[in-house]
Amino acid sequence: MSVPPSKRILIRRGRVVDPAGRHEEIADLLVEDGRIREIGRISKPQKGQDIEEIDAGGLLVAPGLVDMHVHLREPGNEEKETITSGSAAAVAGGVTTVAAMPNTAPPVDNVASAEYVILQGARAGKANILPIGAVTKGRAGVELAELGRLAQVGAVAFSDDGAPVASAEVMRRALTYVKMFGKPVIDHCEDKDLFGEGVMHEGAVSTRLGLPGIPAVAEEITVERNLALAEATGGHIHIAHVSTAKAVDAIRRAKARAVRVTAEVTPHHLALTDESVSGYDPVFKMNPPLRPRSDVEALIVGLADGAIDCVASDHAPHTREEKEQEFNRAPFGVIGMETMLGVVWTTLGKTRRMDWPTVLARLSAAPARILNLSSKGKIEPGADADIVLIDPKKEWTVDPATFLSKSRNCPFAGWKLTAKAVVTIVGGDIKLREA
Amino acid sequence: MSPAKKKNAWTRRHLLGLEDLSADEITLVLDTAASLAEVGSRTVKKVPALRGQTIANLFFESSTRTANSFALAAKRLSADVLTVNVSTLSTSKGESLRDTARNIEAMGVDCLVVRHAIAGAPHLLARCLDCSVVNAGDGWHEHPTQGLLDIFTIRQARGRVEGLTVAIVGDIAHSRVARSNLWGLTKLGARVVVVGPSTLIPPWVRDFGAEISNDLDGILPRCDVVNLLRIQAERQAKNLFPSIREYAQFFGMNAARASRLKEGCLVMHPGPLNRGVEITPEVADGPHSVILRQVANGLAVRMAVLYLVIRARQIGRKTGSAPEGE
Repeated sequence: MSVPPSKRILIRRGRVVDPAGRHEEIADLLVEDGRIREIGRISKPQKGQDIEEIDAGGLLVAPGLVDMHVHLREPGNEEKETITSGSAAAVAGGVTTVAAMPNTAPPVDNVASAEYVILQGARAGKANILPIGAVTKGRAGVELAELGRLAQVGAVAFSDDGAPVASAEVMRRALTYVKMFGKPVIDHCEDKDLFGEGVMHEGAVSTRLGLPGIPAVAEEITVERNLALAEATGGHIHIAHVSTAKAVDAIRRAKARAVRVTAEVTPHHLALTDESVSGYDPVFKMNPPLRPRSDVEALIVGLADGAIDCVASDHAPHTREEKEQEFNRAPFGVIGMETMLGVVWTTLGKTRRMDWPTVLARLSAAPARILNLSSKGKIEPGADADIVLIDPKKEWTVDPATFLSKSRNCPFAGWKLTAKAVVTIVGGDIKLREA
Repeated sequence: MSPAKKKNAWTRRHLLGLEDLSADEITLVLDTAASLAEVGSRTVKKVPALRGQTIANLFFESSTRTANSFALAAKRLSADVLTVNVSTLSTSKGESLRDTARNIEAMGVDCLVVRHAIAGAPHLLARCLDCSVVNAGDGWHEHPTQGLLDIFTIRQARGRVEGLTVAIVGDIAHSRVARSNLWGLTKLGARVVVVGPSTLIPPWVRDFGAEISNDLDGILPRCDVVNLLRIQAERQAKNLFPSIREYAQFFGMNAARASRLKEGCLVMHPGPLNRGVEITPEVADGPHSVILRQVANGLAVRMAVLYLVIRARQIGRKTGSAPEGE
């Protein structure tokens, strides 16, 4: 599926969507030397010129997706995913830029580990792989990691994801310190005491199933704390995988008073409810847990009105043997890069909750802005040639056996989705081209 | 519907919980148990109904009553019984539940009776095994044969279930017995009141048709049955109630409270008893108590369940029709 790099690519007659500028037109697009050169009516190149033509009739030409919450598992858990397999999964899903979470073994809390992730990303040679640095050494929540040195070598954000920063004082210092580098602190909002031994959302379904519940307030109390700290320090807090109505509301109110906060939601929290857990299949076990319909509705409204900025997959690969255990023993997490576009469009676009420019803004322009990737997430002359061609009418059935990820823990197996990436271009090179 | 017709209606290869069962199916089990109860009073306490069948008991949590009751029920039906010794189980060597169960099944087991600390473990096994699976208690989820034997005992003593008011008292949140009773009783038309400290009653049980009360004294005069759950001391450590003493004062069944019960009101307990905590000795051994009758009935109910699920699997195999799963 990888095609030898061609210096110039001419994409003809596609519906070019620039979500950053909210602009849409039928046009040709010329890629040259890794950048978008020209958009408009481009005359046919002279014979003999080294140029690859793609007929994009009926296709959307959009910025490649930027997935700012991905667990690539390397180094340390290569049985679940490697940077190579994760990169392939990314471009198969139309994702051209991946921000890799630092909860690896060892964690990315030091320059050498961050540079290793960048190196492995380059070796994989598919998507742009950008490291997220840990907030604290060993992700232990006590001492700050060398955030400045990590930023210098390319860390795009900081997070102890998987383990929330429990101490308000440590979070306060981190938010103050990162202001020097213009990077966000991403927090997985969870109060450990309230979370307890929970394995799913605490509510009617957990009561029926007899499974230990995670109360919604375990997330909400930490979101509120982080908003207060961001407001007090002026630092940029990014709330990972928002999952409850009250959390969305708190973020919306904080934005109204100009707190520097951004937020993401996952495709699975937009598409599934806690009812999915009814068969005790750990493929529906993730953290934060699936919530009831009323929360899902608030997430959709929040994503539409901008209270939530973007969609991120929280791609979290686990092996089959881990996920085949008893529900309480199986690890939290689902994969998502290969289904993100289809799930979001099928859930929100086909149902007319959102149009294509809005969906694409939430999947590319917004996360690029949050991570300060100024030449990504946009279709304009001079921008990076990270482009996805989407067939908006393509119907396909999710079959995890065909995934390029090493793992199969996908909660959408068997779903019929509409819309798929058919060509993925990263830095001017074609990385995916479906027949 | 004639009893004969009802018998044909049982198509389930597994018994995982009472939530899935219809009122007719529950009644069918109770009727089957009633006809099998008499075997226990014969001189030769055995019928050949499951001769040649193998039933394995796989208990990951300690149990005296339930494990022995299942084993004896199987023997009275002439089945061969394999009791897997948990302390020597390979899961303690890192083998998965799935692999352990599949290995036991490979020895030619027809029915696996499983108890596990994690809710849904029997469902996992039902998905990956060909043999029948009977849930003997999974985490806080269900204990269907306990629910059935409780309902059987109520029906036996009161002649009916419909229209009765049944109080389930104690730690509702963490009780599989409470859930199985709640499903079974409401399906058969009883009114269920769950009683206990507010920290131990999930408010969502209202969605399942239960009334919630924190006032045992207030509801006692209305009750036809009071089922007292075992309170576990480790819940105190999680601040779910301040002390055993305080729990007993507010929710323990003692002689003073028993004196305010309606005539004919049944006092039940799934065992094992914490005498002096949720029930005092004079009530446990007193005139309202049917606790030992519950144990005796458990045998008949488990004979009925084993017979029905194994038969359903055999019929399903013969006809080639896939029997209903859960």
